[in-house]
Amino acid sequence: MDALKTWLDRSGLASIAILAVLLLVVFPLAMDSFRLNLVGKYLTYGFVAIGLVMLWGYGGVLSLGQGVFFGLGGYAMAMFLKLEASDPQSTAIQSTPGIPDFMDWNQLTALPLWWEPFNSFGFTLSAVVAVPVLLAFVISYAMFKRRVGGVYFAIITQAVALILTVLIIGQQGYTGGVNGMTDLKTLLGWDIRSDEAKTVLYFVTTALLLAAVLLCRWIQLSKLGTLLLAMRDKEDRVRFSGYDVSMFKVFAFCLAAALSAIGGALFTLQVGFMSPTLIGIVPSIEMVIFAAVGGRMSLVGAVYGALLVNFGKTYFSETFPDLWLFLMAALFIGVVMAFPNGLAGLYESHVKPWLARRKGGAAEAGGPPAGTPGEAGQQAAAPIASPGPSASPAAPHSTPAVAADPGLGLGTKVSSQSA
Amino acid sequence: MSFDEIYNITLMQGFAGLSLFAVLLLMGLGLAIIFGQMGVINMAHGEFMTIGAYTIFLLSTLTESYAPGLMQAYFPFAIVCAFIVAFIFGWLAEWALIRHLYKRPLDTLLATWGLSLAMQQAFRTLIGPKEVSPTLPDWLMGSWEVTEGLDIPINGMFVLALTLLVTGGVLLALYKSRWGLRVRATVANRAMANATGINTTRTDRVTFAIGCGIAGVAGAAFTTIGSTGPTSGSLYIVDAFLVVTFGGAASLWGTVVSAFGIAQTQSISEFFLSGSMAKVLTLLLIVTILMLRPQGLFASKVRR
Amino acid sequence: MSDQHLPSSQRRKFMLGAAALPLALAMSRIGHAAALPTAQVNTTGLAVTDTEVVVGQLHSATGTMAISETGSIQAEQLAIDQINAMGGILGRKIRVIKEDGASDWPTFAEKSRKLLVNDKVATVFGCWTSASRKAVLPIFEKENGLLYYPTFYEGLEQSKNVIYTGQEATQQILYGLDWAKQEKSAKTFFLIGSDYIWPRTSMKIARKHVEAFQGGKIVGEEYYPLGHTNFNSLINKIKIAKPDCIFAAVVGGSNVAFYKQLKAAGITGAKQFLLTLSVTEDEMLGVGGENFAGFYSSMKYFQSLDNANNKAFVEAFKKAYGPKAVIGDVTQAAYLGPWLWKAAVEKAGSFDVDKVVAASPGIELPTAPEGYVKIHENHHLYSKARIAEGQPDGSFKVVAESPELMVPDPFPKGYQ
Repeated sequence: MDALKTWLDRSGLASIAILAVLLLVVFPLAMDSFRLNLVGKYLTYGFVAIGLVMLWGYGGVLSLGQGVFFGLGGYAMAMFLKLEASDPQSTAIQSTPGIPDFMDWNQLTALPLWWEPFNSFGFTLSAVVAVPVLLAFVISYAMFKRRVGGVYFAIITQAVALILTVLIIGQQGYTGGVNGMTDLKTLLGWDIRSDEAKTVLYFVTTALLLAAVLLCRWIQLSKLGTLLLAMRDKEDRVRFSGYDVSMFKVFAFCLAAALSAIGGALFTLQVGFMSPTLIGIVPSIEMVIFAAVGGRMSLVGAVYGALLVNFGKTYFSETFPDLWLFLMAALFIGVVMAFPNGLAGLYESHVKPWLARRKGGAAEAGGPPAGTPGEAGQQAAAPIASPGPSASPAAPHSTPAVAADPGLGLGTKVSSQSA
Repeated sequence: MSFDEIYNITLMQGFAGLSLFAVLLLMGLGLAIIFGQMGVINMAHGEFMTIGAYTIFLLSTLTESYAPGLMQAYFPFAIVCAFIVAFIFGWLAEWALIRHLYKRPLDTLLATWGLSLAMQQAFRTLIGPKEVSPTLPDWLMGSWEVTEGLDIPINGMFVLALTLLVTGGVLLALYKSRWGLRVRATVANRAMANATGINTTRTDRVTFAIGCGIAGVAGAAFTTIGSTGPTSGSLYIVDAFLVVTFGGAASLWGTVVSAFGIAQTQSISEFFLSGSMAKVLTLLLIVTILMLRPQGLFASKVRR
Repeated sequence: MSDQHLPSSQRRKFMLGAAALPLALAMSRIGHAAALPTAQVNTTGLAVTDTEVVVGQLHSATGTMAISETGSIQAEQLAIDQINAMGGILGRKIRVIKEDGASDWPTFAEKSRKLLVNDKVATVFGCWTSASRKAVLPIFEKENGLLYYPTFYEGLEQSKNVIYTGQEATQQILYGLDWAKQEKSAKTFFLIGSDYIWPRTSMKIARKHVEAFQGGKIVGEEYYPLGHTNFNSLINKIKIAKPDCIFAAVVGGSNVAFYKQLKAAGITGAKQFLLTLSVTEDEMLGVGGENFAGFYSSMKYFQSLDNANNKAFVEAFKKAYGPKAVIGDVTQAAYLGPWLWKAAVEKAGSFDVDKVVAASPGIELPTAPEGYVKIHENHHLYSKARIAEGQPDGSFKVVAESPELMVPDPFPKGYQ
């Protein structure tokens, strides 16, 4: 039992399970369909945030252009939906029925050739991931091979975001321009605008996000994760040990791009349109802020970060329309100044020791044992999570090989404290 | 088209490139000090420009209501004020925020991003959400008609002259003054600079504030050619970063050369292509060159 | 062209009716209102009580578009305050829920869903850019909401759930081009716009009109990214092309840079004829009167319009927002929204969106500051087109006015 607990703590599965319960049970029960749909939208940013944890927290590479990949994934999905929404009957009013409305407005009389494959759902799904990953590979391979890093890389990715925005806006006959692709209606005949559809999409998003978190956690615990961390801290030593450092970075960048793209595609499905305002520099920086607020080293923290920042944005702007930007600014500055490791860091450095002390006191007084301090703490991180046992069903997913890997980051600290 | 016309257009197009060069250099200069020398990614740089622009607006309004006779003369004085005001705010920002973050350059990005949001909202609350237009002295307006069909914009010449003045001043200060020596020593090796008795904390603060002050001057100059509103700063920030990065962050000369290169590329391609495509082409060129030569045009000699 | 205008006899009839209308309306409706119980005026679960009706307002109070949208926010609020002071609608006071679209289209979509689904507002006044309207449109159609949209825009749209209180493209452009040809004998045009749907569609219509109907020539057509601030190369291109008329639709921060640099390059109203679709009194604050003096703007409303409605409106607006406040075309169009909604609700005797929509075509507003407007079957307004010349002090002097109301035609035949 102790071994299992230690392992749970180390792998972080317990906190992932708590997140799962929160997203799959608590939110759907506590919220109406409108708020649930909003959370669903925020969770699509969660994909970007966990991608940034892998790239920035673990790989040490900051990208200010994640909006590019979010947008490409979203646009690929939007193109498919737009074609489905542009059947000749519903576009009969146009001079050329059967093509998307914005093409008609821009005097295009036939569907451009490169749009044709997006009639196929299978192709679209593969394009959602393949196109952004390909672009990510081209950008990062060239740069990491030349050992471009740090701030330069960040600025270049920013320029890429700017280029893509200007390009999409400038080629509005093919892309919808500033307006983006709007009025998306059905997915394979299934109306995505209804409340039921939005609820289903919420669960799909949540399931995929949890799968992505597990995948990333698995990578973190594998040898690859160890190497990424080692590289972040002493790149040269890893290189001198015979590893091709640049390819690891390329991998991390492509992984982050793929995750962002999936988030983008899900965003399109949930919100019903895609626009260049999600690609540019401002959204890209905001996406970094999600990860920073949540904690750049913690996957689960990044998801909470995305939820918290967006919830804050919605709540502040509804409640204090005149002051909300000040509040957001205070949130960003406060997090950076006071909690450089974000919410997850705050939890590690303040909540957990406090809980441990309390627990220690209670145990001495002969109180009933209620799980390890680690577990109790993780529940506290999620205010309305359900009790501990929910963590155990997740355990069988593990493989001994993963558990055998040396614990990193959060894990080791936890076990030493519970001992 | 006659030969004369082609000659005139070529001259005017050449000047268009020069005046864009002046604009890019002026906005890049403050950032070259803050980002290039200090490594602080100041996303609020555009807002410090806006502070300068609003200073001009406030002074022009005050002059107009209390001393209309001085309307022709207030502008140079207002530019100095813009520098001082932006300098003070920069000093405060360094003291409150930046000094805690020197060891975490990427975090400066997030904190200053928050700062820029707050500053934009402050402009909106204090001055108003609409754009404003400072009344400029007559001698700054219109064009200098050299010959029939050859007009050189006076505001363009003014910005160019101001840019050369400020750039010269910064180069001189950085390479010939005690302050410049201290800055360069701090950049090269902070611990060693400290050990030799340089007050690096103070050097940092003054350097950051001077960078912000120059941003204020840039904003002040841009009131002659562009818009002044709460979000005007965001129009310039990305270009400013590109100029500095392209030039090689640690080199002021690099910033000068890169501003010239980018300005000419954009100005000429805009003449032959459509506006949007010219922008894409310029940016693509910058990114490609940066990929091939990541350290920028002028690399600093230190290899990290 | 004749099909663009109302027959004058019909128009005279409107005007006669208009004079007698306001009093009659005010008298009859108040008695009417108190008699109607909430269950009768609200059968679709909107946020209407016996004393109050809730409406939404959705503009950008922050972000880059706040520069433009602030005027609309103020005008809508003013109209609502005035309506409330008169006793409200059907005996119910209007309460406004303000939401900030923050110049971000997904936020507009989110907030519009919030207003319609969560707050159950009876109508929404809002949006400014085409992009924001396109983002919220499917939501309004899906949730069956009602939107009053104030901006002059590109047309090519007609929705059951939107009333467009600004001009669509043909209303704004065609009269201006005809005027340019007749009064300024302009034959060659240089078209300049910011790079998005409204300028591009407007320029498409302008090109068709000049080339096919006027026998003129387009000597240049250029688009610049939104936020572009350097126009010197463009100005050189204009100098080479030497057009009779520069026809401009540049918006936002670019607008200011464009006119300042034109002036600096020696292109002033004295030497060059310029007609724009995008400079109102609001933009003039940033551009500065001295940079726009002598250029012309084509709009349906200018603050200097000389009629009694407008004088009262300008006075009320300045009283509410300070003596320096200015009123642009869109601000006035936004002011019409609550009044048109009031008239439609009272005609329908209900707040239900379907009934209000059904009652809307034919609604007249003789008290409109721009003079007189009427809602067309296609949900756009009949309104006059006007040309005004920029003055050095930043105001506009109206120099021409279409003799008839322009018929809105969002899908113009022959201009596609």
